[in-house]
Order: sequence, then structure tokens, then C-alpha cells
Amino acid sequence: MLTLSAVCKRYPTGDLALTDIDLALPRGQVMALIGPSGAGKSTLIRCVNRLVEPTTGSIRLNDTEITRLSSGKLREARRTMAMIFQEYALVDRLTVMENVLSGRLGYVGFWRSFLRRYPQETVTEAFRLLERVGLAHALDKRADALSGGQRQRVGIARALLQSPKLLLVDEPTASLDPKTSRQIMRLIRELCAERELAAIINIHDVALARQFADRIVGLRAGEIVFDGKPGELTSEILTTIYGEEDWDTQATEDERYAPPSAQPLAPLARTGQLAPGLTAGGIR
Amino acid sequence: MPVSTTPQGQPAWRLRTTRAQWLGYLAWLAGISLFLLCWKLISDNTMWVFVEDAGRQGSNLIGRMLPPQWGYAHRLWKPMWDTLNIATLGTLLGIAMAFPVAFLAARNTTPHPLVRSVALVIIVSSRSINSLIWAMLLVTILGPGVLAGIIAIALRSIGFIGKLLYEAIEEIHPTPVEAISATGAGRLQVMSYGVLPQVMPAFAGISVYRWDINIRESTVLGLVGAGGIGLQLNAAINSLAWNQVSVIFLMIFVTVLVSEWISARVRHAII
Amino acid sequence: MSREQLASKGKWRRLPFIADPTLRWGLAVGAVIYLVLALSTVDVNWARVAEGASRGLNFLAAFAQPDFISRRTDIVNGLLESLTMTLTSTVIGVALAIPVGLGAARNIAPWPVYLVCRGIITVSRTFQEIIIAILFVVMFGFGPLAGMITLAFATIGFMAKLLAEDIEDLDWRQVEAVRATGASWWQTMNHAVQPQVMPRLIGLSMYRLDINFRESAVIGIVGAGGIGATLNTSISRYEYDTSAAILLIIIAIVLLCEYSSSHVRRWTQ
Repeated sequence: MLTLSAVCKRYPTGDLALTDIDLALPRGQVMALIGPSGAGKSTLIRCVNRLVEPTTGSIRLNDTEITRLSSGKLREARRTMAMIFQEYALVDRLTVMENVLSGRLGYVGFWRSFLRRYPQETVTEAFRLLERVGLAHALDKRADALSGGQRQRVGIARALLQSPKLLLVDEPTASLDPKTSRQIMRLIRELCAERELAAIINIHDVALARQFADRIVGLRAGEIVFDGKPGELTSEILTTIYGEEDWDTQATEDERYAPPSAQPLAPLARTGQLAPGLTAGGIR
Repeated sequence: MPVSTTPQGQPAWRLRTTRAQWLGYLAWLAGISLFLLCWKLISDNTMWVFVEDAGRQGSNLIGRMLPPQWGYAHRLWKPMWDTLNIATLGTLLGIAMAFPVAFLAARNTTPHPLVRSVALVIIVSSRSINSLIWAMLLVTILGPGVLAGIIAIALRSIGFIGKLLYEAIEEIHPTPVEAISATGAGRLQVMSYGVLPQVMPAFAGISVYRWDINIRESTVLGLVGAGGIGLQLNAAINSLAWNQVSVIFLMIFVTVLVSEWISARVRHAII
Repeated sequence: MSREQLASKGKWRRLPFIADPTLRWGLAVGAVIYLVLALSTVDVNWARVAEGASRGLNFLAAFAQPDFISRRTDIVNGLLESLTMTLTSTVIGVALAIPVGLGAARNIAPWPVYLVCRGIITVSRTFQEIIIAILFVVMFGFGPLAGMITLAFATIGFMAKLLAEDIEDLDWRQVEAVRATGASWWQTMNHAVQPQVMPRLIGLSMYRLDINFRESAVIGIVGAGGIGATLNTSISRYEYDTSAAILLIIIAIVLLCEYSSSHVRRWTQ
């Protein structure tokens, strides 16, 4: 569905952020993008919706060549790929509902959005999404009154209101605590399954990537150095991606946060009780 | 090196090196000579006989101001109302013009660098020229009256509000803007959802602050014929009715204090 | 129905800015009434405006060809006077503002001193420079001395207020630390207070220099010296090309001032 071929990005400062990226993402696949800071993960994700202009190469979404779109057409294309950011990408001084509705901006005219006169079915859908992420009670709260995890869920609802085909997720858990991180990742995973969305998740936490992705791509200094199933990710490969480090200690530490499925699943299951809206079918 | 070695071999610490110290002395010397030169120019252009007389003139002036002619106050309500209108309407007009200019002048919202420099020129010219000068010009063009005052205040406010607002726009958090653009929103929608909510408190604060300054400035616009209480002030001074002048001064003083209090309260409530 | 139930049916409106509807409508109606009243007092003599319109165009056209030459000596003298007034008044004003500012800081000044200093600041800030200039011209006679004293007086109010605010939210631990070494009042000021307020004081002085120059272009209207007198004459004689030249010079000097003050500020920090 999404195909990148020979994508390069060179910043005006001369730094080469991406070299010759070739990547194909089929419908419904959740792909995690891992790599050290500065490897070009953010740049890659932003090239897809052209928040960053790629220097050369081609990016195709279904049959549309993204890199050559005029700004009007680009806006149309952006509607089909929703982006989820770190928690801070909400507009603080707007209410939760306004933030969610802003996902629909690509579909409504300026005055309509300025006066907040959204079509009835958009509002219904927005409210349904808020219920789905467990925040229906907070609809009139201002975004800066929410906790980190709640803000991220509003961000997810906003992204889904776009009715996208592709999710671009940029460090969704970077500023969240380990438990909330897992809740958020599970929510993204479930929603992708429900709606058959493809997703590129750019993530620091290797353990989370292993646990929630169908496929892992490792990026180092702007080049793809690994592309495979989570199970194929060995310590040697991690060393090629991140450099020398004692990965085994890292792994046991990871296990303490996220026990593999055989062992106590209890801490994970308990999260369901704490945030009822989060589990599948948990619509109250 | 601030730490050096004395001839006796002891390390000695000084705040600055010898060279820096001499440069410092030199800068002071140059500054002081410049100041004295300027002072001499002024003193050459001054009639010192008058200055020697200043104390007597001053006490004479105060003597003639007191007691204030309180009966005059009732004739000042209409000019005061005009003054308030000049300030308020001028501020509103200024806001309306400054708002788009600020968005064109901010680095992150301007459509084109060329447009940005034009907007910056507008802001600088408006800021450099005092509202009294604008008023003088407008009085020769539009004729004396409140309208000239309103426009003068508005023209002066563009630069002030525009500058502070565009600085506020440049300081906003970029991620919400990025997030809104990623939804496929148009330019204006990005402004209204991503930028506007972030600068709104600053904008309101700046506007109220400018309104408070404009009250002060509109009290004197009448001196050049642009309406308000300044007209009465001018008339009273020209007819040497100093006991009326003191009433006007008191009136201005109270009005300005009240407007300052209101503006401080409103800004406090916003922030 | 609650807002949540309404929203689930697709009916949602933005929360109003002011929650109380009576207050909201009251304010809106009040604002409209004020605007109508205020606008009705603006009487415009359209015949006069039409007559002046051509002059307005002349004035705009004058910016295309400003005339620096024909009143050259007036402009040069006026500018020189403005610049000297600006410089001396800023130096004197800042020097006097420091004691007044210290006196107006509640945390270091005794009550009577505080009240006197606050009084000076309020009077100086309330009245426009031009009003003060009128009084000083009466006292000291026409010329730049009256202008200089006016600007210095205005500078005191401006600087002392900001300085006092700075001192009031000073980092008090540093002062205590210096005091704990047994330093005298002067030594405390020099070692604990001065380093904390100095960079901002320099920045503000540069800013005030800029303001004083702009003001010096105005107080000439009432005879207090400077470029204002030349400008006033040129405008009342409808010599717009000369006025345009003077305005352009003022803009250029203000720009220069701003540019150099940003440099000075970077250098002192």
C-alpha cells in the first residue's frame, strides 16, 4: 500500500539524514521503526506526509505519488495518513472535543471549522471515538488539564477521526511511564486490527517494539540495516543497529517490565481494570 | 589571564587582565567626554539668565495653579469622553490592522520572506513615529477633530501590538502546528487551530496594555488639534489660566491611574 | 440533556467563553451600546476630508522623493540637538533613577522613603513628556535644556519603576549569603544586588535611549528644542518633502539604535 523507493533526505545544513530508503508496507501491517537517536526515524516518518520534503526518491501511497503533489492535493493525501505524536502535540488551550474534531479539518471548509460548526455525523463519530479511548467524560476539559496518557489517547482519537488508511506514529511513548506506554501501544495495535490500518511506529523502546509489532525495521545513520520479524531480532543485530552494548542485561531488564507471554500475564491483564475504556469491547 | 604571578613569585588574582582594564578605562573616558561635549552643546543653546530665574518662575507657576478653579471641571466631561473614545476606538482600529501584520511578520507564519520584510518595515515605521507626529500630519490632512486622533492612535498602535504579537507568534510551540498540518488542514485552518489558541492570551494582554498607554497619549493629542482634553489644555495654557490647567492635570492624573488599574487587573486575570 | 448525551447524538457547540449567559449577553449589549455612542460622537467634516485628501496623496508621494537639502541646516541643527538631549537626559535620568529605584523597592527601603519614591514614579509616568515639557519650558525658557530636563524626568519614572520591580524579585539567598560574610550595606549592594540587576539595567537603558530619541522629536513642538520644531514647521507649511526626509531620518536612527542595543545586550550577558 505504501512504497518508498530510493528516498534520500539531505538537510540544508548538508547533513544526510536518509540514504536510499526502500520500503514497502502492505495493508494492515504494523511496522516498528527502531534505531538510535539521530538515525533518521523522525525524518523518515515525516517524509511520508511531507512535513519534511524528501530530497530525492519516490513515495507512493496506493497509486498516488506523494512527492509530486501540489499543496492542495497534498492536503487531500494527508487526510488518509494520520499522524500520532508525543503527548505534547495537542493544542493546549482547546478542549478535548475541539482537539479531536481538528482531525477532520482536511474535510471541512475554513469558516465551518472556525465557527466549530462540524457536520452532525462528524460530531457523533468524534464522540464515539472518545468513548472508545475512554475519555467521553472529559469532552469539555481543556487539553492541558489531562495527564500524559489521557493526552495521548486524545491524540489517537484525533488521528482516527481522519478515517485514515495509514498511521504514522512518532515516539508515542517517549514521555509516558512504562505501564501507560503499554496501554497506549496496545490501544494502537487493537485499533489497527479493527480498522485494518497499516502503521509505521517510530519507537525507542526495543521491548515494546518486539511485543507489539508485526515487523521491525532497524535504522542506523539513515540506512536500513535490519528488516524482519520481531523474533529475528538478535543481540548481534541490535549491536549493528545501536552499537556495542551488553544486550543480555538489557533483555532481562526488559523482561522485568514485560514478562513474555508464558510467564505472569497478570500485570498486563490488570491494566484493563484500571482503564476500562482501553480493553477491546470496553465501551461503557 | 586573571591569575598572574607577582615579581615575588606569588600568584595574584585580579578581576580583569591589564589590557581589558585599560580598554575599560578608555571606554569610560570616551563616554564621559561625549557626555561633556553634549552638555556643552546644550549649555551653549541655553539662556542661563532664564535658568537662574527658574526657581522663582516655578513657585510663581504653582502659586497661580493653586487653588484649582473647580467650577471649570464640569466643562471637561465632554472632552474627557472624547479622549476615552479616541483611545478605545484607536486601539480597536490599531488591533484590527496590527493582527494581520503580525502574522505576516512572524518568521513561522509569513507566506514569503519578502512579505515579512515589508511587514517589518510597517512595524518599525509605526513604532518610530510618535502618535503626536501622526496627529500633526493627520490634522493637516483630515482637519482638526476626533477622527485625526483616532487614526493617529491606531497608526502608532500597529507597530507596538504588531511587534509584541509577532514575537509571541515566533515563540509558540511548533508541534501542535505540525500536528494540525498533518491532518490535511489548509493554511488558514492551521493558523486558527494551531497558532491562534497559543497566542490568544498574549494578544489580549498586549491589547489591554496598549489601550492603557493610548489613554495617556490621547490626553495630549489635542495640543496639535486632534481632539480630546488636550484641546482644553492648550486653550487654558494659551490664555495663561493656570488654575484651569491644574484642574485638567488632576483629571488626567485620575483617569490614567484608573485605566492603569483596570489594565493591570485585566492582564492579571488573563495570565 | 447533558453535553455528553448531546454530543453522542452529534449536537455539539463550543463552550461559550463566558459561562453565565446573563453576563455574556450583558457584556455584548454593553459593548454594542458603547460603540454606537462612541462612533456617534465622531463627527467628520467630509468636505474638509475631501479637500485634505490631495494633501494626503502629496504626503505619500513625498516619501518617494524626500527633500534633505533645502532645509539642511535646520535639519542638522535639530538632529544634533535631539541627539545631545537624548544622550545627556538618558545618562542623567538613569543615574537619578538608581537611587529612586532603590528607594521604591519595598524590600530594602523604609516606608517614608518608599512612599516618596513611588510618588515621584507615579507622577513621572502619568504625564506625557509633552505636558512636562510645557511646564519646564515655562520655568527654564525655550531651548534644549528644558527638553533635557523633561526627558531626564521621564526616564527616572520609567527606569526606577522597572528597577524597583527587579530588586523586589531579587534572589534573596544571594543577598543573605553576602550579608553572612559580614559585609556592610554598600558591600551588599555591590556584591549581591548589583550583579543581579546590572544586565537588565543596561538593556533597559539602551531601550530608554531609543524612547528618549523618539520623544525628543516631539517635545520640540512646545519649544523644548530638538528636531520636533523643524518637523512641526515643515508640516504646518505643508512642506511634506522635508517632513518625509525628517521622518525617514528618525526611522533610520531608531533602527540603528535597536540594532546596536541588541548587540550591546548580547555583549553584556
